[in-house]
Amino acid sequence: MNTVIAGITYRALLGRRRIWMLILLPLVLFALAGLLRIVGADDERTTILLMQHFAIGTMLPLLGLIIGTGVIAPEIDDGTILHLLSKPISRPVITQTKFLVAVSLLVLFAALPTYVTGSLLIGNEGGVAAGFAVGALAGGIAYAGVFLLLGVVTRHAVTIGVTYALVWEGAVGNFVPGARRFSIQQWAKSIADQFSDSLALKADVTLGFALPALMLVTVIGVVWAGLRLGRFSLAGDE
Amino acid sequence: MNQTAALPSPVAQGGGMPPAVIELGQASRFYGNVVAVNDITMTVGPGVTGLLGPNGAGKSTLLHMMAGFLAPSNGSVTLDGRPIWRNHEIYRSIGLVPEREGVYGFLTGWQFVLSSAKLHKLPNPEDAALKALATVEMEAAKDRKVETYSKGMRQRVKVAAALVHNPRVLLLDEPFNGMDPRQRLHLMDLIRTMGAAGRTILFSSHILEEVERVAQQIEVLVAGRHAASGDFREIRRRMTDRPHLFNIRSSDDRRLAAALIADGSSGAVALTPGGLEVQAVDFRRFTWLLPRVARDIGVRVWQVAPADEDLESVFSYLITRSGQ
Repeated sequence: MNTVIAGITYRALLGRRRIWMLILLPLVLFALAGLLRIVGADDERTTILLMQHFAIGTMLPLLGLIIGTGVIAPEIDDGTILHLLSKPISRPVITQTKFLVAVSLLVLFAALPTYVTGSLLIGNEGGVAAGFAVGALAGGIAYAGVFLLLGVVTRHAVTIGVTYALVWEGAVGNFVPGARRFSIQQWAKSIADQFSDSLALKADVTLGFALPALMLVTVIGVVWAGLRLGRFSLAGDE
Repeated sequence: MNQTAALPSPVAQGGGMPPAVIELGQASRFYGNVVAVNDITMTVGPGVTGLLGPNGAGKSTLLHMMAGFLAPSNGSVTLDGRPIWRNHEIYRSIGLVPEREGVYGFLTGWQFVLSSAKLHKLPNPEDAALKALATVEMEAAKDRKVETYSKGMRQRVKVAAALVHNPRVLLLDEPFNGMDPRQRLHLMDLIRTMGAAGRTILFSSHILEEVERVAQQIEVLVAGRHAASGDFREIRRRMTDRPHLFNIRSSDDRRLAAALIADGSSGAVALTPGGLEVQAVDFRRFTWLLPRVARDIGVRVWQVAPADEDLESVFSYLITRSGQ
C-alpha cells in the first residue's frame, strides 16, 4: 500500500465526471426501493428480487467494471502510469494499492447502498440486508481483482468486461444453469444466502464452491496484475 | 521564492555525483519480424549525449530500453553494470522525461512534483520539490493545475519531476518537441548546465541543429542501426563532406557542363531536360568554383538547387558509409 499512489488514484476516479457514473447506479437502486415502498411491494420476497437482480445482478458488476478498470486502465492509456512506474517502487505494490482503492470504492458505492436499501425496505428481516451487503462486498472484491487484471493486460478491458458481465453472467447464466458456477455474481449470492435465513433466497452455487472460487480469482487477479505490470513495455516509435 | 531561483540550484549542479555509465552491448529489439533496433553497442557516459535520427529510426525504442520500459530482444542494456529491465531500484539513479504528455492534468504542478519526491521516499520531499521547480523556473505557476499549462510548461514540470531525486542519469525523449523558441533555449541551457556538472544525460531528437547546440557527443541512429558516433564537429564534417547533388539551370547548360567537368571538384555531370545535374565531390571547392567558371565562359546561371539536402538523404548517406 502506497498512500501517494492511493491519493492520486482516488483523485483520478472521484475528482472528475466519472464520480457521477459511480453515484448514478446507487441512486437508481434507491429510486427503485422508493418505488416499491410507494406501491406497497416492500415485502421480503420483492426485496430479495431487487437485491438479486439489480443490486448484485446489475449494479455490482457494472461498478466493479467501472472502478476495477478505472483505477489503472486510463493511466495506461494516456501514459501517465509512467510517473508511477519510473520510481523505485515494486510493481506489485502499485497494483495492490490500486486494488485496495477499488475495493474501498466498491464498499462505498455498492456494498453500503445495498445494505441501506435492504434495511430501508424490510429492516433486519431474515438477515437479507446484511446478507446481500456482505455478498456485495465479497463479489466486489473479486470483481476488483479480475477487472484490475483486465485493465492491465488489455486495452479492451471495458469491452471484454461488459461482455463477461452481460453475456456470460447475464444471458448465458440465465439459460444455462451450469454457467452459474463460474459467475462472480452467483458466488456473491451464495455468500448472501449464507448470512440470510430467508426461505425466498436460494443460491445456485454452494458456499463450499463459491468461497474458494472468490478467493482464488481475487488472488490470481491481483498477483497476475502485479507480475504483468512488472513487464510493462512501451511501444517504440514504429 | 524568487531569491532561490536566482541562486544556482544544487539540483542543476549535480553536486559532485559519481559518474554513471549506460552500456548497450549488441542490443537489438524486434517486433515480430520487424527489427526496430539492430545490434547496437554504445556507451553513454557523463555529459550530454544527443541521440539523432529521422522519425522511425528507432530512437524511442532505444531510449525505452535505456529507461527500463522495453526488454532488449538480444544483447544487454545496463547502468553501471546492473541490468535496467525489470529492476525498479534502478530508478533511484534514473530520471525519465517521456515524450507523451504523461502528466496528471488534475494535479497542480506542485502536487505533481511533490508526488514524485514522495514516491522516491525522499527524506524532505517538500524541499526537493521546491528546488526542482526552481531549477526549471516554474515556481510562479506551481499552484496552477497542469491541464492549464502550455506544452512548454508541461515539459518543464516533467523535467522537474524527473530531477527531484537528483538522479545521476537523465533521459529525455524528444524534449524540445512543441516548445516555443524561448522555452527551447531555456531547456537547452538547463541540459547543458546539468551535463557540465557531471550528470549523464541522453536526449533524442530528429533535428541536427538542436542536437548540435546541446550535446558534446552525438549518436546517429538510422533505420534501427548505429550509423555514426562522435562529437558534433565530426558528425557535421561527415555530413558536409559527402558527395552533393545539385540541379543547375543556366543560359547554356552544355557549355557550363563542359567547363565544370574540366575541374576535379565535379564527379559527374548530366544533361537533363530540366537542366544540369552535377555531382560535387568536393563541396567547398565546387561552390567556390561554379560562379567563377560561369563568369569566365560568359554563361548566366539562373538557378542552383541542392537536390539531396533533406535530412533523410544525409542520414542515408551516413548509413551506407557505416555499412561499408
